[in-house]
Amino acid sequence: MVVWRELLVAMRRRSDVATALLFFVIVVSLFPLGVGAEPNKLRAIAPGVIWVSALLSSMLSLNRLFAADHADGTLEQMVLGAAPLGVTAAAKALAHWLVSGFPMVIIAPLLALQYDLEPSLYGILALSLLLGTPVLSLIGGIGAALTLGVRGGGVLLALLVLPLYVPVLVMGAGAVEMASAGLGGLGQLLILGAMLIVAAAFAPWATAAALRISSE
Amino acid sequence: MKWFWYASPQTFYPLAAKLARACGVAAAVLAAAGLYVGLFVAPTDAQQGEAYRIIFIHVPAAWMSMFIYVVMAFWAGLGLALNTRLSGMMAAALAPTGALFTFIALWTGALWGRPTWGTYWVWGDARLMSELILLFLYFGFMALHASIEDPRRADRAAALLALVGVVNIPIIYYSVKWWNTLHQGASVSVTESPKMAASMLSGMLVMALAFWMYSVAATMLRVRGIIRERGLPSS
Amino acid sequence: MSEFLHMGGYAWYVWGSYGVTFACLALEIILLVNRETKN
Repeated sequence: MVVWRELLVAMRRRSDVATALLFFVIVVSLFPLGVGAEPNKLRAIAPGVIWVSALLSSMLSLNRLFAADHADGTLEQMVLGAAPLGVTAAAKALAHWLVSGFPMVIIAPLLALQYDLEPSLYGILALSLLLGTPVLSLIGGIGAALTLGVRGGGVLLALLVLPLYVPVLVMGAGAVEMASAGLGGLGQLLILGAMLIVAAAFAPWATAAALRISSE
Repeated sequence: MKWFWYASPQTFYPLAAKLARACGVAAAVLAAAGLYVGLFVAPTDAQQGEAYRIIFIHVPAAWMSMFIYVVMAFWAGLGLALNTRLSGMMAAALAPTGALFTFIALWTGALWGRPTWGTYWVWGDARLMSELILLFLYFGFMALHASIEDPRRADRAAALLALVGVVNIPIIYYSVKWWNTLHQGASVSVTESPKMAASMLSGMLVMALAFWMYSVAATMLRVRGIIRERGLPSS
Repeated sequence: MSEFLHMGGYAWYVWGSYGVTFACLALEIILLVNRETKN
């Protein structure tokens, strides 16, 4: 099955997996060094910092989503091939998430320790990332497909994809912030869930269209 | 009207010049009228004093920033669906003008916000943020288009991006209804009677029309430039 | 006349808005007309 193949390919490049995760850890750890270790300030900025770092780290590995297949001709075969291109695109997004997003969901609470975040908030932090990071992978796939082989690649990809990421960031970090203020983050989580459903429904289709445009 | 005949860049080229001239004149006349109403006829606001007069630029510019994006997305979709060259060129021609009005909306909004709300900008207000995202969407469109060498692929890739981003427009429009943070709610509605003085409303509408005519003129000039760049006018 | 320019104390904000707007629009048109007549 397509997902399995993508996963295997991703796993084989284990260094890529580790690099994205390491970037996430390092960026989160950099902030206390930069803004000073005052506990109240750290507790306040923790959701935002973790979310922004997750976003940036997810974006970093997007370039490689299609690049290797594009270089060795596999992509052309996929575009012309038997399997619906949308399914392939969805599989790639899923593989990307399993390899970059999902690990972040797991280790985020550990990183939150550095910020002395209330343990009761670990759950909502992980949940917000669990709902949000797949959306990042799905939307990121569109950007990666559009900028395939284009000069200025990585930075251009960031410029295209970041405006679309902002609502996810606002809802994700917002959920944790609401919860820490005692107001419960359910509204934001529901919106994140809705974003996930919409993204899962439309992004693979848009990514497939972008792949066709890029490989003409 | 022979629509499909004008769909060819060669035949559209002279029409664009005529449209540019006509709409340019219309824009100038409407702007003069709008500014007269806005700066001389409309009364001073009870709460905001003279500062409110920024509304005659800010609101029409914001309307245009959203309207142009929708039109751009329309041409983008048409180009992708029908594979016509001119559609992609129209979308590319609209983007810079749309970005300009988005910037003007943000700039005048900031200058209006300072004396009335006490701040130039606030993070976390849904409408301000969505308008800023709109500016980045325009920039992304232009950057993507500029980075791809082949004009056809550039048109199509940017078109897809425009369509993906169009979901932002309803968010900007409805954001003041869904979230009640800082930016005031809608004072102009298609269905209800307006809550402001007639001269204020008419000033805004006339300026909006002026900006619209201006946008058409600027876009016509720009699309002529694009047609020339692609070496098409010689038929 | 000076009252008009003064704008009730909000001169910087009002004329800053109108001024930048018309400067931007004028610049855009000048650049586009330049492109037209370049040949």
